Amino acid sequence: MDLYDGNFELKEIQKLEGHTDRVWSLAWKPTAGVTDIPPVFASCSGDKTVRIWEQDPSTRSWNCKEVLEETHTRTVRSCAWSPSGKLLATASFDATTAIWENVGGDYECISTLEGHENEVKNVSWNASGSLLATCGRDKSVWIWEVMPGNEFECASVLQGHTQDVKMVQWHPTVDVLFSCSYDNTIKVWAEDGDGDWRCIQTLGESNNGHTSTVWELSFNADGDKLVTCSDDLTVKIWETDIIARQSGESYAPWNHLCTLSGYHDRTIFSVHWSREGIIATGAADDGIRFFVESKDGLVDGPSYKLLSKKEKAHDMDINSVQWGPGENGLLASASDDGTIKIWELTQLH
Amino acid sequence: MDNLILSSIDGCSIFSLAILDLELVNFVRDIRDPEHPYSLEQLSVLSEESITVDEKLGRILITFTPTIQHCSMATVIGLCLRVKLKDCFPPHFKVDIKVSPGSHANEESVNKQLNDKERVAAAMENPNLRQLVDECLYSSEL
Repeated sequence: MDLYDGNFELKEIQKLEGHTDRVWSLAWKPTAGVTDIPPVFASCSGDKTVRIWEQDPSTRSWNCKEVLEETHTRTVRSCAWSPSGKLLATASFDATTAIWENVGGDYECISTLEGHENEVKNVSWNASGSLLATCGRDKSVWIWEVMPGNEFECASVLQGHTQDVKMVQWHPTVDVLFSCSYDNTIKVWAEDGDGDWRCIQTLGESNNGHTSTVWELSFNADGDKLVTCSDDLTVKIWETDIIARQSGESYAPWNHLCTLSGYHDRTIFSVHWSREGIIATGAADDGIRFFVESKDGLVDGPSYKLLSKKEKAHDMDINSVQWGPGENGLLASASDDGTIKIWELTQLH
Repeated sequence: MDNLILSSIDGCSIFSLAILDLELVNFVRDIRDPEHPYSLEQLSVLSEESITVDEKLGRILITFTPTIQHCSMATVIGLCLRVKLKDCFPPHFKVDIKVSPGSHANEESVNKQLNDKERVAAAMENPNLRQLVDECLYSSEL
């Protein structure tokens, strides 16, 4: 679709009920929803459970296939599928990260990662599925190596943030880890060649960075741009020199590209960049916004414009917005109102 | 009292904002201070000017004044206010809780914590904190 012309409309496909507390986060299964495999995603909640949702191929209706419960004893804050879709990792306020595998149609907890002192807030797999990162209130970021036989070995504990770490996210192509925090910064971590992980860059206020908690970050498809969202009510876009990176430079630093402000009037909790280049944001103002790169003003470098917006997408705060893996413009949102909504972003002709 | 407030919110058009604010104060004024056998109103932590409600936007702002500049219980008082309002208000209301300007040595940090809902959620799952908050909210020792 041409993202520069025409009007876009966000159409509600279905509202999914089942969680009995706020829904914090959701994750689409990467290997489903393409070709003939029906799309699947996982959601997690303050009700201490994880739910697996699947679209029925004939009725197109979404149903809860399974409830993963009685493993986490407190809020399940986030979840992430391994790139192969075989494993699901769930991070909980109970200080553990659980690893689930679909064995003969049922999800079983095959491993529990312990180490964080208290609440684990986020979990992320690297592109090959060989590494896992977790972060939490204890200000640390842990890197886990995936060993044979469903063993997970701690490879490194990264200290550097001065407050709780809200999210970790691996770069989509190289093994460089990004984290964002209540300390208002984004940190970039890489291995130094001797197996030691170090912070190689901090994007803070002095780099045109955020002035309050950074809640989430997301990469574009090429991996040369990064978008972050914050309690300071802005969305920021950062870029790196991908050519320098590909030509084997040791590290191409990230720089602030632009700031989108004035679009949300309460904390922006979630941001996700689609493969087609559309940035979706979800916020505590109950609204969803969409942004794309603008063709205008290319002289001064790329700029971004509002593509579409949806007020009152939910009755309460929106905690997570996630694009589906297919090319059908499907988006899921999770809210404090306990529901998940499936949306389709369509172009009006 | 709970029913009175809920019904006044539901039928809010018949109440003026001033009355709504007053009702709201009635609602939270009896929360007990975590460190004293007095209510928040008795200690001047809260007054009628503490609360503003924007019905149209569905927003509530509470500013409270901790008894001393270094009050270590400021965040607990804030948690009590948040829980109490959550129990008594339509869920779509957005609540901001702050210490009044200049009233606390760590004003910025207290305000940031009280308005980070993830930290609030985690705190309320902590059994010790939850018990402290419940004691403040439901104590009959007043």
